[in-house]
Amino acid sequence: MATSQVKAITKIKPTVSRAQRQKFWGDLGSHVILLFASFIALFPCFWIVSASFKPKTEIDSSQLTIFPINPTTSNYSYALFENQDAIFWKWLTNSVLVSAGTALAGVFFASTAAYAFSRFNFVGKKIGLMSFLVVQMFPFALLLLPIFNILSGLRLVNTIPGLVLAYCTTAIPFCVWMMKGFFDTIPYELEEAAQIDGLGKIGTFWRIAIPLSLPGLSVVTFFSFMTAWNEFLLALVLMTGNENYTIPVGLRTFVDAFRANWGPYSAGATLVTIPVALLFLWAQKYLVGGLTSGGVKG
Amino acid sequence: MAQKQAIGRPVKIKPGNLKRFWSDLVHSRTAYLFLAPTVIIMAVLVVWPLLQGLLFAFTNVSSKNIGNKYIGDNYIAPTYKFSGLDNFFDPDTGVLSTGSPFWGTLRQTLVWVAANVILHFALGLGLALVLNRKFTGRSIYRVLLMIPWAVPSYISALGWSWIFNQNTGLINNTLRSMGLSNIPWSTDAVWATIAVIIVNVWLGVPFYIVTMLGGMQSIPTDLYEASSIDGATKWQNFWQVTLPLLQPVVLTATLLDVIWTFQNFNVIFLTTGGAPAGQTDILVTKSYLLFQQGRYGESSAYSVVMLLMLLIFSIFYTRALRNPQEAR
Repeated sequence: MATSQVKAITKIKPTVSRAQRQKFWGDLGSHVILLFASFIALFPCFWIVSASFKPKTEIDSSQLTIFPINPTTSNYSYALFENQDAIFWKWLTNSVLVSAGTALAGVFFASTAAYAFSRFNFVGKKIGLMSFLVVQMFPFALLLLPIFNILSGLRLVNTIPGLVLAYCTTAIPFCVWMMKGFFDTIPYELEEAAQIDGLGKIGTFWRIAIPLSLPGLSVVTFFSFMTAWNEFLLALVLMTGNENYTIPVGLRTFVDAFRANWGPYSAGATLVTIPVALLFLWAQKYLVGGLTSGGVKG
Repeated sequence: MAQKQAIGRPVKIKPGNLKRFWSDLVHSRTAYLFLAPTVIIMAVLVVWPLLQGLLFAFTNVSSKNIGNKYIGDNYIAPTYKFSGLDNFFDPDTGVLSTGSPFWGTLRQTLVWVAANVILHFALGLGLALVLNRKFTGRSIYRVLLMIPWAVPSYISALGWSWIFNQNTGLINNTLRSMGLSNIPWSTDAVWATIAVIIVNVWLGVPFYIVTMLGGMQSIPTDLYEASSIDGATKWQNFWQVTLPLLQPVVLTATLLDVIWTFQNFNVIFLTTGGAPAGQTDILVTKSYLLFQQGRYGESSAYSVVMLLMLLIFSIFYTRALRNPQEAR
């Protein structure tokens, strides 16, 4: 008995430790690869943050300085307050208004349409869903000039409502697909019960479906907000005059063809990025679910 | 999964059965009520501009005759005229004429898209495979690797343009401090192309990591158990189980990536701005530059060509790669 046990242990032991050894080297390899990849992913961001604390002499130097030698907050005070009478706050206001407008419009128009796609069968459903998908793939350049022209005829060029309308072209179809995904995950029984109790279809939508999908709605609101917050090309084309810029176009004036104020640019970029990046990391899992399920189903 | 319930009966349109079709339409009326606001606003914001953009490509429209604007309170009417296919095939100014810069830009665009999508896919799949292993700390790596996606692309593109700056940029400063010579990032077309591709690879890999990882995690583990009972190695598992089952996700991700990369304005415009001499421009930035110069007709012609290319590509891609999978 004892000898057979010993035999069994000696038999098993080497194979276990072989698997352990394999796991050890596998883990080590994974850590090496991922550490390197994370370094590449993070370094440019670190570089911008580090530059935001560097005085101009270190920034324009052709010497290599990783960390600021004489750290300063002058880039922040220049970007926020000194640059053209604190115009940063005007850009910020414009960006907030445009993004909030886009988010509201996106959610309003998307939730009703997404509800129809999720809960009803109707003539033209498939074509409708497909067209909302295809719209997102348009070469945007094709719409640039016509949108500019249409807004010009409505005297909306260089206004915040005009820019909101322009952003709706991409925000609404995107939100419809995401929102449909959220409605699809809500069990239909509650709505059925409400209808049996005599609630109409619009009442069911408003009182049952919308409250149940509030988490989904908030994610869609955020993405809709973010497309506008981060958009560059349309804002560049539709908004003229320093005081009408949004943050993306405004920040670029620090480092356009005529200037290279990388310090203040880095300060502004750091401030603008941190809140949206954190929110994005939180909401990103919903985005991918929506994109791939949408793509696969469509 | 009991997710796909819907009100009303299934709707099928049978040819010749008008009465049935009519009752189906009546049954659909609540759905149409919910759809109406969105459809109306999309018609105004997308369909109308799209038709107008297509029309513009066949006119001599420019910043001088586009009109439809106000100077003070005076409305200026448009005066452009139909010009047939001149924007495309006119021997001197036509976008598709033999001497047109279009062809060089098209080549650059194809190189740009191919390099990006291949590198995105390879790196994204590789990192997802590593992240899919079970070991401590992988959730931290997963968050760290998402950061390039979380940063607004205009901010990273501008930041990278500084890193690649020939005189004060990080890379050349490092090379000089090691006693090496400068890399001509902004004066040599090949190096500039490498620079923009690096930027966009950096930006695009996180999307692949997430989608590939999602796909891998939805593959049932009993498949791997079954195959290892049959004596499959890890390598065989990857080729025979992981990749085939990942195919739908790969297809969707690469299709979206081709479409996005093809019209990625920010990275090109903000990193190199087309330098040197427009050699890193792609079709979408060229179209924008023509728009900027007021050459609206030619700009629209570029856009129409881009739209056709994307349409043809998408149709062939989905046809060629989806059918064998459905037949299985």
